Formats: sequence, C-alpha cells, structure tokens
Amino acid sequence: MILQIIADGLIVGSTIALGAIGLTMTYSLLRFANFAHGEFIAWGAYLALTFLGFFIALGGGGAMAPLGPFSFGWQLLAALVAGAIATALLALVLDWLLFDRLSAQGSAIVLTIASFGAALALRNFLQFVYGSLPAYYTRELQIAIHIVPRDVGGGLRATPDQLFVLGLALVLVVGLHLFLQRTTAGRAMRAVAHNPALARVTGIDVASVVRWTWILGAILAAVAGTFAGLVGQLRPQIGFDLLLPLFAAAILGGIGSVPGAVIGGLIVGLAESAAVPLIGAEYRAAAAFGVLIAILLVRPQGLFAERAK
Amino acid sequence: MSELLPVLSYATFFLVFASIFATMALGLNLQWGYTGLFNVGVAGFVAVGAYASALLTTPPDAGPGAVRVVGLGLPIVVGWIGGTAAAGLVAAAVGFAALRLRHDYLAIATFGIAVVIQLVALNAQKLTGGPFGIQFIPKPFDSELDGSLAFNALYLALTLAALACVYAGLQRLAASPWGRVLRAIREDETAAEALGKRAFAFRLQSFAIGGAIMGFGGALYAHFVGYIAPEDFLPILTFQIWTMLIVGGAGSNRGAIVGAAVVWAIWTIAGNGLRELIPPADQARAASLQIVLVGVLLAAMLLWRPNGLLGPRLSRSSPKRPPT
Repeated sequence: MILQIIADGLIVGSTIALGAIGLTMTYSLLRFANFAHGEFIAWGAYLALTFLGFFIALGGGGAMAPLGPFSFGWQLLAALVAGAIATALLALVLDWLLFDRLSAQGSAIVLTIASFGAALALRNFLQFVYGSLPAYYTRELQIAIHIVPRDVGGGLRATPDQLFVLGLALVLVVGLHLFLQRTTAGRAMRAVAHNPALARVTGIDVASVVRWTWILGAILAAVAGTFAGLVGQLRPQIGFDLLLPLFAAAILGGIGSVPGAVIGGLIVGLAESAAVPLIGAEYRAAAAFGVLIAILLVRPQGLFAERAK
Repeated sequence: MSELLPVLSYATFFLVFASIFATMALGLNLQWGYTGLFNVGVAGFVAVGAYASALLTTPPDAGPGAVRVVGLGLPIVVGWIGGTAAAGLVAAAVGFAALRLRHDYLAIATFGIAVVIQLVALNAQKLTGGPFGIQFIPKPFDSELDGSLAFNALYLALTLAALACVYAGLQRLAASPWGRVLRAIREDETAAEALGKRAFAFRLQSFAIGGAIMGFGGALYAHFVGYIAPEDFLPILTFQIWTMLIVGGAGSNRGAIVGAAVVWAIWTIAGNGLRELIPPADQARAASLQIVLVGVLLAAMLLWRPNGLLGPRLSRSSPKRPPT
C-alpha cells in the first residue's frame, strides 16, 4: 500500500513539477504570480487533442496503432510537440497583448489581477470551443503491470503510460537544468532573474530573455497538461485544478529555483496521494493548501530560496 | 399597468442583486483600495457568510433520506450577524498566515482558501447539503409575499439600507485616524512603521473587516434567493466583484457602488443578448462566452483606464509596497 501511494504521488507530482517550473520561472523573472499559467496547461492539453486528430487523419485515419506497451502511437508524440509549440505562441500573444503593456505602466499586483482575468477568459473560451464533456486521447485500455510483488510493502503496480510520463518528465527536468547551468542563454536567464538592471548593463537582451522564459514555461505547461490528460482525462478545469498545487510547489521550492520547483512538485504530489487514505479522495485538493499554509508559516522563503527576500 | 408589472418586478430583482454586489465590492475596496491587499478568494468569504447564515436560520432537512442534519432555525438577524462574524474570522485566520509575507503570497493563500471552502461545501454533505446545497432558507417578511413584486421591493429597501449603513461606516472609517494610517501604510510602509504604526496589525484588521463585509453580502444573498449551492460561489464571483471595483475605481467607495451597478448591467445585458443570438442548443457554451466578454472588459479597463470611472485622481491606482 505504502509503495503504491508513493508511486502515485510521484506520477501526479511529476506533472505538478513540470507546471511549477514554468510558474517559478515567470514568477522570478517578471515578478508576478501568473494565475493564467494553469490555462497554458489546459490549452496545451486540448491543443494536443486537436493536433492528435489531425495527425491521425494524416496517417490515413482509423485507430491509432499503439507503440509497444503504450496506449498511444507516434501521432500523440507528434501532437505533444505541436501542442507545445502552439501553447508557446499563445503565451507570447498573451504577453504581447497584456502583460508586456501592463508591466510598462503598473506594479506587479496589477499584472496579477490581469492574469486572474486572463485565466477566466482563457478557461471559458476553451470551454466554449471544446465543450465541457470529458475527452480522451485514446480509448485503449491499459493493464497495470506488477513492478513489485504484492508481498513486498503492499506491492506496486503502474501502467506503461504512467512510467512513460515519469521518464519523460525526468528527461525534461534534467535537460532544462543543464540548459540553465551550461548554456549562455540559460545563464542570461538566471542573470535577468537575479538583477535585471545589472543584466541589461552587461549587454543581455532582456526582452528576448523574457520571451524565451514564456516559451519554455508554456512548453513545459503543455507537456504537463498532455501528461495529465494521458493518465487521466481531459476536462476544461484541468488547469484550474492544478493551479493551487503549482503555487504550493513553487513556493515550497523557493520562488525562482527550478530544482526547488521539481522537489516541491513531487512533495505536493506525495502529500495529495497520502491524503487519499487519510482524509478521503474528495478532499485530495486540500492537501496542497495544507502544504502551502505550512510553508508560509514555517519557512516562507521556501526550501531552496535562490536569494534572500 | 399590467404590462408594466413584469418590468417593475425585473427592475427590483436587478437592483437587489446590484446592491448585494455593491456591498461585496465595498468589502473588497477596504482590502484592496484602501489597504492594497490582494484577495483572490472573495467568493470563499461570501460563501462562508451565506452558509453560516443559512445554517443558523434553517432547520435541518426533515423526513426520510434527509442529507443535511445541521441547522438551528434561529431568527434571520442572528444569521446575518453570525455569517458576518464567521467570514471575518476566516479572513483573520488566512490573513494571519499570509499578511506578514510578500503581497502576492496573500493572493495565493486566498485563492487556496476559496478552493478549500468550495471543497467543504461540496463534500461535507451533513453540514452543507453537498452539491444540492441548502434549500428553504427563511426569507424575511410574510411568507405569502414570496416571489412577488412586493417581496422584491421590500427586500430591495432592506439591501439598500444595509448598503447605506456599510457605505456610511466605511466612509467614517476612511476619514478616521485609523483610515489615514491604512493609506499611509499603503503609500509608504517604512515611513508608517517609523511613526510607530504596526503595519501588520492594521492590515489584519482591514482584511478581517473587509472579509466580514463580503460575508454579510453572502448572507443578504442567501435570504433573498432562499437557496444556496456550491456552484453559486465559483471563482467567477470573485472575478465579477473585482471587475466591479476596478471599473468603478479602486479606492473610492462610491466608485465601488457605481462599478457594481454598471458591471452587473453589462453582465445581464450580455447574458440576455447572447441568449437571443445563440441557438438554444449552444446555450451552455454561450454562458462561457459571457465570462470571456467580462474578462476582456477587465483587461481593457486595466490597460486604458486604470483608475476606473470614479477612482481617486491624485493617488496612484496601483499601491506599491516595498518587498518585506
């Protein structure tokens, strides 16, 4: 039982972690809490659904032939990439229309209000376009495989799709970490987050760094949304429901810290999955709030604060 | 005369809602306009007020298959006081955890409490009736009046009186030394602290009073409609109240009231217009388009008219607080 709870927590947590990375990056770079980040997740998931239909039609229609043990074929992977690119465009358009103009004239808190309005508008527009019924990428049924037999710690079962989600999340996180630490573009990004004025003086193109932060954050959000849709179902509220866990994870890890967001995401995921046997599945979402309040009371700068506040 | 009756009935109905929204917007104006506190959980505090008042005044469900087993059946006045106090207490608790920190942490914490209140409303069936909500909440005045024009008109008088009391009280508070300290903290916290004003205590008081006013608005709502359910307190309500305050002009109590009337009128007209234009099969979708329209209105207002219709001209529209 305990192993299963941990495994479920890590699978949910990897989705939260991917979303929280984008949130913490825009948060530290642009200095506002972006409530619209959840909608990048939802739009990413639904755009991938649209592209999936397109790629299936392109491959001659009919059913998608599954790849190996997974429930999906190459079409979903192509749709994941296309959906992520489209979500990045959406983020850039939103920045150009709203956030860029507002940050020129107002304080961070006005940006937060605007993002709250943008989130509701985006979510309801999504519902208008796609309807509110649940949707699925694939109807293929998956059999969970035994990874640990039942007599060791209650046993552990996972579907191949869940393992795929966990593996790809790990690859993305490691890749992003190397990008931020080793490449010039990554260093420029961290420099702007630390001190925008100083970064500008040293010749870094701040506007371009901001654009790339939106692009990276939106891509990770779209992947998180597609993962959530793959192991669960697609609903218009998919992003809204993830928003509180995302914020809890970003604050828990320390705003601006990418490794912190990942560990925070995993902790929130574990807390949610541990909450199910403790307080019941219907209160699962309250676990993220509990983590949030605890960290605000005990260590508001987060576990891995990059800089003193 | 007879064709005038439905119009009058609708007009009173519209105005009752406008004045209830105006009361909630006044609570938000105290928090945001006067103190610079960003509350993303307005709907949660309204829900606490509505549910607390309903539970205090409505007897439990009767008969076999009863879901809700809690309920006191006390007079409506007790419900209003209790609902107001309960929302104020919840606001004080959230404020205690988040107000010492960066301003946007309060936004996230209030967002969280609204989500949790929604969860409790949906799932604590014995207390809240779950998704079915609480029915048969007592209404003031004679039960024979229920649903008639006379009831609407009497309740309108009541909500207008309540609104006037809240407005007068807030105007006095704003002009009092207490209100001046709030503005001082909003404009320059360091200077206020140097004068010996404890910013945290003032913020907490302002946040709790604002939350209590929102709860009062919720209680007014519950006893007008007579039925509340979790879906009445979704984030869209928070968003509506925010749009009302920003359209009217944050920092001005009159602005909050005017904004409430204007945005509620736009909301109603947009809803009716979309119902006319869009075929019945797509009505559910049309409702989401209504929200998109108001979202665009809020964004446009922030971009081109950040002080709102009646916002204070001299003061900055965006209170800045130094990082703490």
